[in-house]
Amino acid sequence: MLENAFRGSRKYWALMGFWVVVIAAGMAAYGLQLTQGLTVTGMSRDVSWGLYIAQFTFLVGVAASAVMVVLPYYLHNYKAFGRMVILGEFLAVSAVIMCMLFVFVDMGQPRRVANVILHPTPNSVMFWDFMVLIVYLLLNLVIGLVTFDAERKGAPPPRWIKPVIYLSIPWAVSIHTVTAFLYSGLASRAFWLTAILAPRFIASAFASGPSLLIILALILRKFTKFDVGKDAIQKLGMIVTYAMLINVFFVLVELFTALYSNMPHHLHAFEYLAVGLHGKAGLVPWMRVSWLLTIVAVALLVFPKVRRREGVLAVLCVMVIAGIWIEKGMGLVVTGFIPSPLGHITEYSPTGPEVLITLGVYGVGFLFLTALYKIVINVRERTEQIIG
Amino acid sequence: MSDKGKIFLGVLLLIVVVGVPLWFALPGDSGPAPELEYPEGESQCVEHKEYMTAFHMDLLDEWRDEVVREGKTEYTSKAYGRTYEMSLTGTCMKCHQKRDTFCNRCHDYADVYPYCWDCHLEPGEL
Amino acid sequence: MDDNRRDFLRKAGGAAIGLGLGFPLLRGLATASEPGHGIEAAESTQWAMLVDTRKCLDEKVRDACIEACVRAHNVPVISDPEEEVKWIWTEKYEHTFPERVHDRANESLRKRPVLVLCNHCSSPPCVRVCPTQATWKREGDGLVMMDMHRCIGCRYCMAACPYGARSFNWKDPRPYIKNKPLSAFPTRSMGVVEKCDFCAELLRKGLQPACVEAANKIPGKEGALVFGDLSDPRSDLSVMLKRNHTIVRKASLGTGPNVYYII
Repeated sequence: MLENAFRGSRKYWALMGFWVVVIAAGMAAYGLQLTQGLTVTGMSRDVSWGLYIAQFTFLVGVAASAVMVVLPYYLHNYKAFGRMVILGEFLAVSAVIMCMLFVFVDMGQPRRVANVILHPTPNSVMFWDFMVLIVYLLLNLVIGLVTFDAERKGAPPPRWIKPVIYLSIPWAVSIHTVTAFLYSGLASRAFWLTAILAPRFIASAFASGPSLLIILALILRKFTKFDVGKDAIQKLGMIVTYAMLINVFFVLVELFTALYSNMPHHLHAFEYLAVGLHGKAGLVPWMRVSWLLTIVAVALLVFPKVRRREGVLAVLCVMVIAGIWIEKGMGLVVTGFIPSPLGHITEYSPTGPEVLITLGVYGVGFLFLTALYKIVINVRERTEQIIG
Repeated sequence: MSDKGKIFLGVLLLIVVVGVPLWFALPGDSGPAPELEYPEGESQCVEHKEYMTAFHMDLLDEWRDEVVREGKTEYTSKAYGRTYEMSLTGTCMKCHQKRDTFCNRCHDYADVYPYCWDCHLEPGEL
Repeated sequence: MDDNRRDFLRKAGGAAIGLGLGFPLLRGLATASEPGHGIEAAESTQWAMLVDTRKCLDEKVRDACIEACVRAHNVPVISDPEEEVKWIWTEKYEHTFPERVHDRANESLRKRPVLVLCNHCSSPPCVRVCPTQATWKREGDGLVMMDMHRCIGCRYCMAACPYGARSFNWKDPRPYIKNKPLSAFPTRSMGVVEKCDFCAELLRKGLQPACVEAANKIPGKEGALVFGDLSDPRSDLSVMLKRNHTIVRKASLGTGPNVYYII
């Protein structure tokens, strides 16, 4: 079955070649980072996490969102998701690979990464994040390959896969909760120290992940014979809508606490994002774009008539992803460091090498995604040919 | 079985690639053995020479954990009973002085690159 | 043929994962269950420091302390504030004790220079978050230490520290070490985090930390920095703490800092 990743048309190989080029550029930039150190990035003593960890945070959400298709299909027998499930699981695989790579390229001493396993530290949330991510990757790989293989053979999947699938559902929620816990347990960062961070993460994950899935499904329908069906896309669109509404609600709730309490400690970060703080306003335009995209997308998504027009839905999904990518990535990670524990404001913007490395990691993720989806497409086309 | 030809070529290529370094080493001359310059006036190291040759990395590892993680200072030699301060710069290099004339001789020969010297200093640098 | 290959791949994959994760994890869990790996210090020595900011108003004193630290540890001098490495430095009162400053606070108090450094907290958040125990609270003396061999450079500790006490080596620090001659203290490589270690290597020899020594050498400024064992009620430090009104940084966070200040 796996050899299907090597069977494709010119266009397929051209796409794979494109990813390889992107990866090569990223690797060259990473080589620079390895020799010169993380000074090639825009991070600083005050803002010690930046683009890489922002991508990691965003992508953990995408990875967790696979549960949004797995749960209805396997737990509630929602047949319309029949073809969508494998896409969700393989997207999760690709997203987790990217997450792990982003953490890796962010490390100052990557050759020592094994230390996390050699010296397990149960009190460290980061240790648990490593562990749950590795297990989640394995879970989705196994589930995806086993169920898809069974389907290919036209037989029901082996019975042992059922409990594994059931496990993957709370596990998906756990990976994103653990990631939120990385931030929400730190007394040093008032912006992150909020109980609602984990729920916010889940809500934004369930908006951005399925949005990406919708776009991927539409691309597949356009360029291949693989069609998940209108119902699946519409259902996902509805899930995105509800998740976005909850996400916006959570943000407003946070804003209320900060604004009504009027505590500078809590207000500073929101001030920085909205209007700037002490003259530093680097993220303000970004956040304005993010909020605009979010509000417009949500305002339109609530109308089923709008969602039914798949072209419009696709655009709205892009807006959802962009809005959340900005807000959860830079908006969350960088703002946590502003102001610094000593009250100073150091702004952050990524450098060229940093962006190249980031693109390189995305290239790896998309390379895997393309290969995995190619397997799905090829197998489906052949089974459909046989059935006629 | 039309792949027989390709497989045969592949195996041949493997043999050639793996065999080339062995082939070059055949004449019998494995290059000059590393020559270490020993410190004058000292007849013994912290432990036996054979032990040190084989296990100096483990010893240093142990010293690092004892000094940094446990806060200890003294090490008692198992072979000679003497006590030493556990310190690469302060004890080992006090005698051996420079890595060029000692450490690197074997390391270069064996093609290993321990990164001690990224951080640790020689007496000559102080 | 197909199934045999898949079977093989499945078993090989399982074996690789099992060996790759299993042995190290088992080994790690075995060592972790040994005594001496707690994050909170037992009731033995707890080194602590008292900073008398009144005696540190004079720039000479602060400069001497900072210089002594830089010399003792080969701390690199990097002028770019975004990449600087500092173990002890001067901050204004309004930044050091933000919770104590109000709208009508006296200007000279606001701007008073205060020496800041790692507080070697009793409940250190940096230790709690480190995934490899590269930073941990040493049992015998309560120091929050750095193991430069183990640090993977993830910078989680930097995010967790409420005092901004930690610095990362964004590049190779060697070219930026200005003090000559170098001290024997190992420099750091790029990609690891560093911070004040209360001069553990000097404490081991029964000496005082470099900054304390330096301050005490300045005539009239003896006692600008007082260092001692908190758990010994008869130490100079404990006596001073009993006699003076002292404050700590961000007390409400529950970190239990062990650097005290007389304002």
